[in-house]
Amino acid sequence: MDQLIIASRKFNSRLLVGTGKFASNQAMIAAMEHSCSEIVTVALRRVDIDNPEDSLLLNINQERYLLLPNTSGARDAEEAVRLARLARAAGCLPWVKLEVTPDPYYLLPDPIETLKAAEILVKEGFVVLPYMPADPVLARRLEEAGAATLMPLGAPIGTNRGVRTRDLIAIIIEQANIPVIVDAGLGAPSHAAEAMEMGADAVLVNTALADTPNPAAMAQAFRKGVEAGREAYLAGLGAQRQQAEASSPLTGFLRND
Amino acid sequence: MQLTINGNVKEYQDQLTVLQLLQHLQLSQERVVVELNREILSADLHIDTELKSGDTLELVQFVGGG
Repeated sequence: MDQLIIASRKFNSRLLVGTGKFASNQAMIAAMEHSCSEIVTVALRRVDIDNPEDSLLLNINQERYLLLPNTSGARDAEEAVRLARLARAAGCLPWVKLEVTPDPYYLLPDPIETLKAAEILVKEGFVVLPYMPADPVLARRLEEAGAATLMPLGAPIGTNRGVRTRDLIAIIIEQANIPVIVDAGLGAPSHAAEAMEMGADAVLVNTALADTPNPAAMAQAFRKGVEAGREAYLAGLGAQRQQAEASSPLTGFLRND
Repeated sequence: MQLTINGNVKEYQDQLTVLQLLQHLQLSQERVVVELNREILSADLHIDTELKSGDTLELVQFVGGG
């Protein structure tokens, strides 16, 4: 059985999904179901005390999905650690998708604050899944710090632009001894397949599922993309070459040269 | 009694515990995490924790996110 293993926990699905920006809870649940995902990310925010909304958690079956709280909104290590502790206090398993994004325009992760927060959270017993720039040196440092996975970005969050950091992610995959989950920027099933063909262990998708008239169908398409990419990786892709190599025999044709 | 809740200053006439405040705000304990003066307050302490004027609370909950 080809399973994804994170911190000794086994998963059959290699597609993680986010729960943000869906038009409705129904659309979100339909996407989660059709993705066959087993890990879903959530965020923590202040309650609007004058106008409280229904809890997201009422809609998510926690027997079926592992809730992975993120630290989105954190601008430095201190804020990220605070959010992670709050999420744990909410009764979640001590798993956290660590995100430190000080720049609101590109939402790129701060490598230094991310590493700092990872070191603190690992010491506190968290299973830390850091969202990170596609930087192989940082990847090593995060692995040494005890991160459970590496989550390099394909492109900035929500851009749907695909695996723009391909060459660097290839190095991260080559060097990593922990799962590599390509996160952010994947906008099409072909992008997910590409990451998986490269040997990524999993991918995380949110905007691409929320940002379509039919999240359920798109989630199913992404599931197939992930599975196709994984199967191709396990089968072994043929070598690329410059010159043509005929697929049909070049001998025995109906002419005498 | 003056409380700062999620950045907003609110006035309350009566003495309140954290649990009573949550009930007043119609928030269930299961869905909200409470930070009192920057310290996380676990749910089992809500019932016995008396609020005092000047306290700062953060009430947070899970929302959709990627």
